[in-house]
Amino acid sequence: MADIGITPEPLGGRAIDAIGSITVEALSSPAKRARKEKAIRTAFLLAALVSIAISVLIVLSLVREASVFAFNIDWRQTWGQAGWFPRQGVYDIPTILVASTIVTAVAMLVAGPLGLGSAIYLSEYASTKTRRFLKPVLEILAGVPSVVLGFFALFFISPQVIERVGRNGWFVIGAVIVIAYLAIVSAWLRKLMKRETDTPLSVQLKRVAVLTGLVVFGLILIWWILRVGGPAEVADGQSFVKRGGNLAAAAVGVGILTVPLVASVSEDALASVPRELRTASAGLGARKLTTTVQVVLPAAVSGIVAAFIIGVSRALGETLVVFLAGGAADAARFTDSPFDGGLTMTAAMASLATGTDNVVGEGLTFQSLFFVGFVLFILTLFLNLIAGRFVNRVRERY
Amino acid sequence: MALSTLGGSANTTARVEQEIFKQGRDLRGSAFRTIMFSALGMSILVLVVLIIDVFADGWPVLSTRLGDFLSGTLRSQSSDPLLGISQGLVGSLWIAIFVIVLSFPIGIAAAIYLEEYAEQNRLTKTIDLAIRNLAGVPSVVYGLLGLFLLVSSRGGQSTLLAGGVTLAILVLPIVVITAAEAIRAVPNDLRQGAYGVGATQWDVIRTQVLPFAAPGILTGTLLSLSRAVGEAAPLILVGAITGRLAARNRSIFSLEQLDDRFTAMPIVIVGWVQESARDVGFAAAAGAAIVVLLALVIAMNSVAVLLRNHFEKKRG
Repeated sequence: MADIGITPEPLGGRAIDAIGSITVEALSSPAKRARKEKAIRTAFLLAALVSIAISVLIVLSLVREASVFAFNIDWRQTWGQAGWFPRQGVYDIPTILVASTIVTAVAMLVAGPLGLGSAIYLSEYASTKTRRFLKPVLEILAGVPSVVLGFFALFFISPQVIERVGRNGWFVIGAVIVIAYLAIVSAWLRKLMKRETDTPLSVQLKRVAVLTGLVVFGLILIWWILRVGGPAEVADGQSFVKRGGNLAAAAVGVGILTVPLVASVSEDALASVPRELRTASAGLGARKLTTTVQVVLPAAVSGIVAAFIIGVSRALGETLVVFLAGGAADAARFTDSPFDGGLTMTAAMASLATGTDNVVGEGLTFQSLFFVGFVLFILTLFLNLIAGRFVNRVRERY
Repeated sequence: MALSTLGGSANTTARVEQEIFKQGRDLRGSAFRTIMFSALGMSILVLVVLIIDVFADGWPVLSTRLGDFLSGTLRSQSSDPLLGISQGLVGSLWIAIFVIVLSFPIGIAAAIYLEEYAEQNRLTKTIDLAIRNLAGVPSVVYGLLGLFLLVSSRGGQSTLLAGGVTLAILVLPIVVITAAEAIRAVPNDLRQGAYGVGATQWDVIRTQVLPFAAPGILTGTLLSLSRAVGEAAPLILVGAITGRLAARNRSIFSLEQLDDRFTAMPIVIVGWVQESARDVGFAAAAGAAIVVLLALVIAMNSVAVLLRNHFEKKRG
């Protein structure tokens, strides 16, 4: 199509004035026209190249300062320290990595089911009319700024939800998580059992390895739930929340922010499943439930996985909610409990930069900001690239 | 499922018939439907609770001194009668201007290039990949870019210019992606028809593609504008002022302030939430500021969504 437009044959007729300002004069000097076309094309190309320039600048700025940090820091000081105290030169990387992991995991426990459930309802069950009304509401939730969620997490979720959960509530949640985990693992096992028996040894060994990994992870999960033991008990009217937030409250806030994203990506995946699969399933006598769970969801699984990965990437990069409601100021002790205050990677960066014009502190404090940013950038880039692969897989299939 | 057992014993035939002609409701099916709906319902409920909570927290300020609150400035005591958000509003207005002036033209032009001019080659693929990845970069990382490029390289003074440019860069990929989608939706017949009567490519874009894609592009630009106005993390990184910012008597549009320290609506809220640990009255002020910010953002988003739905419906 591009070839048609750039060097058109000059036409002799006079009836060309039909479209706006295309005049006979303009058409009678093709060289001038072609030059103008070329200039316009170049201008648009330059605009498109801006995105490459920005990408390069981001990588350059991150790498430059992060490498200063990496080359000058005593790496033994970044592991097994008491916590993340950047202004005193103590950079315990596990502190912020574990906090980021906790926040992301809890956020996905909220955003995963809510987002996927919303997507299934909107795509498979809702009538056009309901859809037209409910979907914009979800889109408005997507537009709520993260500061607002930070405020909400600090002043509502923390005192009204997390504090009320208490020890018993925590163990109920823990039990639900463990049962869900067992159900998924056993469903996978049953599916394997059903298949043919003469699988090659290498595949069987691989399955045994995966199963061992799953069991070990399950045991760690149970150990962690018991170890954390839920929010500290409220003693003589002085609630633990008064200290101002905790990782769990922040994580729920991050999860709420992530719901619309997970919902919209999964809904796209469900919508891309061809109608024929649904009608064929119904024609075989399957109920709506069977069609949805055994036909539509498996067909859309790549897209749903992509939605979860994109959600993880978003939750990992969310800053303000954790910064406001995470329960830590500019430094944090190491913790693996969601009911303590803590700093995620993003919150650690934001807290270093607030309050003062310049990031001040011990020699490498400024550079540590860029180092954490670099790690975050690489992690989210990696996740987004994987998610893109999964999305493409759905597109290619249908 | 049931039909596969047909042809079995009389017992199974009876069971199959019962399965097919069974009266009454499909309990598991409706339970599943209810659970899926409650997931969506929960999300909407959270939004409602959030709005109510914010209103309730900000009500003491909104109900008694809304006018003063809109025209007031940042203060160190929450009981100060001159406490307000005018500096935040001006800062956010300027950020919106930066987005309109920088991101919109560059973003739309890039989208036109990608959809109308670009050939399938490595350059196009690289541009496409860069835009997709930029859209997924956490906003706080853009703050680092702004800090490195526009602040620390210029002696560490944080300026409104740095904040505005950083946010303009942040929303650029959103503008490109939404505009490209809108342009992709333009039917090819329109282009071919225009070429057929002798239009050049630019004529086609100007007279056919852009007018048809305009509503979609406008939706995308509104969404990106509301994103920029609500975004705080990059501004914190480039050093927007969360504490006290000296009030100066300047016109809203005076260009001097571009080179001066600044704040913005979300940053005002961040500052007040932090202050509330010391002075509880700031929590109400933060709530009131959030109501103002939410009103702005939700208004922009709603217009965008309504606009899109309107044109989707019209074009079927």
